[in-house]
Amino acid sequence: MIQFVLLISRQGKVRLTKWYSPYTQKERSKVIRELSGVILTRGPKLCNFVEWRGLKVVYKRYASLYFCMCIDQDDNELEVLEIIHHFVEILDRYFGSVCELDLIFNFHKAYYVLDEILIAGELQESSKKTVARLIAAQDSLVETAKEQASSISNIIAQATK
Amino acid sequence: MALSGMRGLSVFISDIRNCQNKEQERLRVDKELGNVRTRFKNEKGLTPYEKKKYVWKMLYIYMLGYDVDFGHMEAVSLISAPKYPEKQVALQSIGTTNMVGYIVTSSLLNENHDFLRLAINTVRNDIIGRNETFQCLALTMVGNIGGREFAESLAPDVQKLLISSSCRPLVRKKAALCLLRLFRKNPDVVNVDGWSDRMAQLLDERDLGVLTSSMSLLVALVSNNHEAYWSCLPKCVKTLERLARNQDIPQEYTYYGIPSPWLQVSVCVCVCNFLLSVISHTFRKRKNEILREVKTMRALQYFPTVEDPNTRRSLFEVLQRILMGTDVVKNVNKNNASHAVLFEALALVMHLDAENEMMSQCVALLGKFIAVREPNIRYLGLENMTRMLMVTDVHDIIKRHQAQIITSLKDPDISIRRRALDLLYGMCDVSNAKDIVEELLQYLSTADFAMREELSLKAAILAEKFAPDLSWYVDVILQLIDKAGDFVSDDIWFRVVQFVTNNEDLQPYAAAKAREYLDKPAIHETMVKVSAYLLGEYSHLLARRPGCSPKEIFSAIHEKLPTVSTTTIPILLSTYAKILMHTQPPDPELQKHVWAIFSKYESCIDVEIQQRAIEYFALSSKGAALMDILAEMPKFPERQSALIKKAEVAEVDTAEQSAIKLRAQQHMTNALVVTDQHSSNGTPQSVGQLSLVKIPSISGDVGSSCQEHTSADQELSQANGTLATVDPQPPSADLLGDLLGPLAIEGLPGAAVLSEPNAVSGLEGVPIPADDAAAIVPVEKDTNSVQPIGNINERFYALCLKDSGVLYEDPNIQIGIKAEWRAQHGRLVLFLGNKNTFPLLSVQALILPPVHLKIELSLVPETIPPRAQVQCPLEVMNLHPSRDVAVLDFSYKCGTSMANVKLRLPAVLNKFLQPITVSAEEFFPQWRSLSGPPLKLQEVVRGVRPLSLIDMANIFTSFQLTVCQGLDPNPNNLIASTTFYSETIRPMLCLIRIETDPTDRTQLRITVASGDPTLTFELMEFIKEQLAGIPTAPRPPAPPAAPGAQPTNPAAPVAQPTNPAALTDPGDLLAGLL
Repeated sequence: MIQFVLLISRQGKVRLTKWYSPYTQKERSKVIRELSGVILTRGPKLCNFVEWRGLKVVYKRYASLYFCMCIDQDDNELEVLEIIHHFVEILDRYFGSVCELDLIFNFHKAYYVLDEILIAGELQESSKKTVARLIAAQDSLVETAKEQASSISNIIAQATK
Repeated sequence: MALSGMRGLSVFISDIRNCQNKEQERLRVDKELGNVRTRFKNEKGLTPYEKKKYVWKMLYIYMLGYDVDFGHMEAVSLISAPKYPEKQVALQSIGTTNMVGYIVTSSLLNENHDFLRLAINTVRNDIIGRNETFQCLALTMVGNIGGREFAESLAPDVQKLLISSSCRPLVRKKAALCLLRLFRKNPDVVNVDGWSDRMAQLLDERDLGVLTSSMSLLVALVSNNHEAYWSCLPKCVKTLERLARNQDIPQEYTYYGIPSPWLQVSVCVCVCNFLLSVISHTFRKRKNEILREVKTMRALQYFPTVEDPNTRRSLFEVLQRILMGTDVVKNVNKNNASHAVLFEALALVMHLDAENEMMSQCVALLGKFIAVREPNIRYLGLENMTRMLMVTDVHDIIKRHQAQIITSLKDPDISIRRRALDLLYGMCDVSNAKDIVEELLQYLSTADFAMREELSLKAAILAEKFAPDLSWYVDVILQLIDKAGDFVSDDIWFRVVQFVTNNEDLQPYAAAKAREYLDKPAIHETMVKVSAYLLGEYSHLLARRPGCSPKEIFSAIHEKLPTVSTTTIPILLSTYAKILMHTQPPDPELQKHVWAIFSKYESCIDVEIQQRAIEYFALSSKGAALMDILAEMPKFPERQSALIKKAEVAEVDTAEQSAIKLRAQQHMTNALVVTDQHSSNGTPQSVGQLSLVKIPSISGDVGSSCQEHTSADQELSQANGTLATVDPQPPSADLLGDLLGPLAIEGLPGAAVLSEPNAVSGLEGVPIPADDAAAIVPVEKDTNSVQPIGNINERFYALCLKDSGVLYEDPNIQIGIKAEWRAQHGRLVLFLGNKNTFPLLSVQALILPPVHLKIELSLVPETIPPRAQVQCPLEVMNLHPSRDVAVLDFSYKCGTSMANVKLRLPAVLNKFLQPITVSAEEFFPQWRSLSGPPLKLQEVVRGVRPLSLIDMANIFTSFQLTVCQGLDPNPNNLIASTTFYSETIRPMLCLIRIETDPTDRTQLRITVASGDPTLTFELMEFIKEQLAGIPTAPRPPAPPAAPGAQPTNPAAPVAQPTNPAALTDPGDLLAGLL
């Protein structure tokens, strides 16, 4: 099971966090601090796994961003490494060659995407197409809601004039 | 992609990005939080859009690591935003708002959050409602943060959704994982009776998304109860076949040309779980414990197989296909995905009762992997090879790769180095120990800091276990001390001393070596200790060698004296005395020199040094008599290595532990390790090689009292033979304990056998039963046919002060306890050890918790196998202050008789205290601000047990109260402080003042202050109990005390555990217990 997901920039800035096990805010900060110290300092040609407090962290760097997932000791590391890639590919498709800025300003969208891929720290959907379809459907729901809301407020505005 | 419409949020994020430093960022965040807070306060003006925006901002701030202590309610309330189906627009706009609510809530809050309870109803309505979007949102949130309450009220609805034929796959896959979460967290709450058929149906699912999620659910269900789901196994194998042959897999579910690698991995895990859970149910052990012990299990033929021949054949075929059909390709992702499946298949083969051919294929593959350049594959190759070692006898094949593995020990990647070290440690045996240990030693000087400790411990253990000859062992340990002295614990050098003392041939060699090291310019203090000891004992054996005259040796050692700490000086003094004694004929110059040193230390502030200096001075002036007194140290009785014991107890690494155990069993004969088989009491060991788990030596009360006993004996005999050559200061009291302590538990069966026939156990040390009857409450008089060993009350009181020890023991069972306390949380592990050679049946353990504690006991096995030990973790959470005690109602069946005991658990008030030091500036304002009852209570207590202030301070310290020196101007008063942790109130500072009357020590005035009235009261009562040692509150005369009278029910005083007045009336005690 994936315990948590972290997206950390090369400078150690947190871009996204998702916790599937309960951690207090204090513990969360500590985890992030510790792991950034360990992972960001690792050289480029090392393996993608770090042993940490009896757990394992699988990470991969994409441009300036580190995607980290923490798993139990007997979980399959390579499988999780490819979950990360799967996530990145979906983000890429959704944002159209995704960059760090996309994730900074649209962190809420990244959450939507992640929630379609993982629940309870387990993979829920391995088809990129299906995930893309579901996210698109959600987006259109938001759009129509917004349009209609604004048209309603127009109507109200006109009516109260 | 711009954040259309949420400009405020974008602006805020840009602002944060533009901050130059952390300080600015904090200012900006504080400003925003202030803004959001005011907006939330006058909620009237907030539109759903604004609410949504602010909640997102809060999430962003929270993600950055800042505390957001408000607005949770608003986030939750977004979930409950009203929905008006008739107004489609409103519905949709709220739909989005809703979405935000769910996501933010699940990110902001933990499963334990109170606010979540408020949302349960809304969530449930969404789940059972018809709106698919809402269903998905609700399931996702519950799946990510669902706790107990959610499981209780939602599990049946989620289960319905999962098997509903009218729901679309997108809802069902979420329902599967949501259910998995609820089940994993609270398996007792989610009812899965009859689910095997449903799971079997789900495995026929066409949609691979649903199938993937269901497979994850099945993995969890199987590990909990494999029997029910056995019918799913053929279907799992079929699914794996279908995937591996790429039959009928939609294009979108192939990943880089591989049919859903995740599902393939999941199926392998599931099949493996089937096999492992059979064992784990037979032995009631956790999965990863089983993983490490499969080899032993197999030896016992407990290993399960897939019985259905067709399924078995298909499974083997498909595994063969995966093993052989995976090639290394250029594309990284394809490679990773295919190897993910391959490694999982490998793990499965290891646990299957596979043909040898397949197993050797696996080993060959692993051999290939550890030599590749790709670091991930190399890492996994090493890791799986270590696992393989645990499982099967592949030592010889793996040894062929030794050189390769040693290369990996020098890899630039610490992850790989760790794996290599583990593997080397695991594969070491008598034949290659020399090479491996020397390699480790060589690597030690260049190894990074993070690994040195582990490295030196492992090297020491290997050297001890597999030493081809003893002089090599001495060499290794001395090198180890030389290279990594800081990481060599005392246990390691004590062990060398033991070996040298017990082996006469070794003594000159060891002394010569020690002499060599002394010539080095800078040596570690541990080296000074060990060389001084060895030379003191055996330097006379070197007398004819150059540079080894008494005088030269003396000056070599004495040179080091200015550099060492006070713990080493006593050892040096003993050495001087011994050298002096061995110098025949006496050398007046040397004598003068040594005496000068002795007289210099006669006024040393350190008592130990002072005493030795005075005694040695007096003794050495006696001349010949010295010979008798300072004779050579007698041989040590053989015993298990303290190191190995430590490794077993420390639970650093389960793999390591069981490796040690396995090895200890395998190499009993040719290694130095003295295993418990040779325990002094000579009880015949019927278990031998096949014993499942050695009952580790929980050195509990009996153990330690036994230890003390022998060490006292030993001290006596030493006093006859020599004057203490080892310093009896705290560190070396340890030494005595470690060197001389017999194996607590292995020593016990003898005692147990002795006491068994004595119905009235009148043995020395076994208390009078009448006394115990107070603590053991017999359910029916005749059911309790077993008598406990040791005093249950004393054990309980001892455990109130310590964190580990024996809670209960009788001829059949020993219950040990090990606890860790952190703030209001506690984690206890009960060790139930069966002492017999037949199983204990109908084992039952119930916890009767008082209202203020939340206690969760994991499943307790119904049967404890012969001479095995099971561990039952116990989670404790303190809700509010109280002195009531939790009771463990434990029963088992032995032969035909039932035994039942009620034991108090040492989860007492002081466990939730943490010492804190308070300065005068902090103390006085706090003390003044807490004025008068109920926050500050004062009481005069008379007729207390007279105690000196120092004793009182010691009692306080042992209860985690910090005694603050010098705060009170009156030297007869005592001030203490501590912090109390509980779930309902924040960490609370408690201040205590005791005023004593030097003329009348039997009366005290106690003042207790804290920010919580109940806490103040409870703490006051608690302290009174500890100090006064008398019942403090008026006790109802009749035994049937009403449960409502709990707060006034004094628990028996701890300071005087055997106070007969408090303990003789069982009725009272029962009331006190419950």
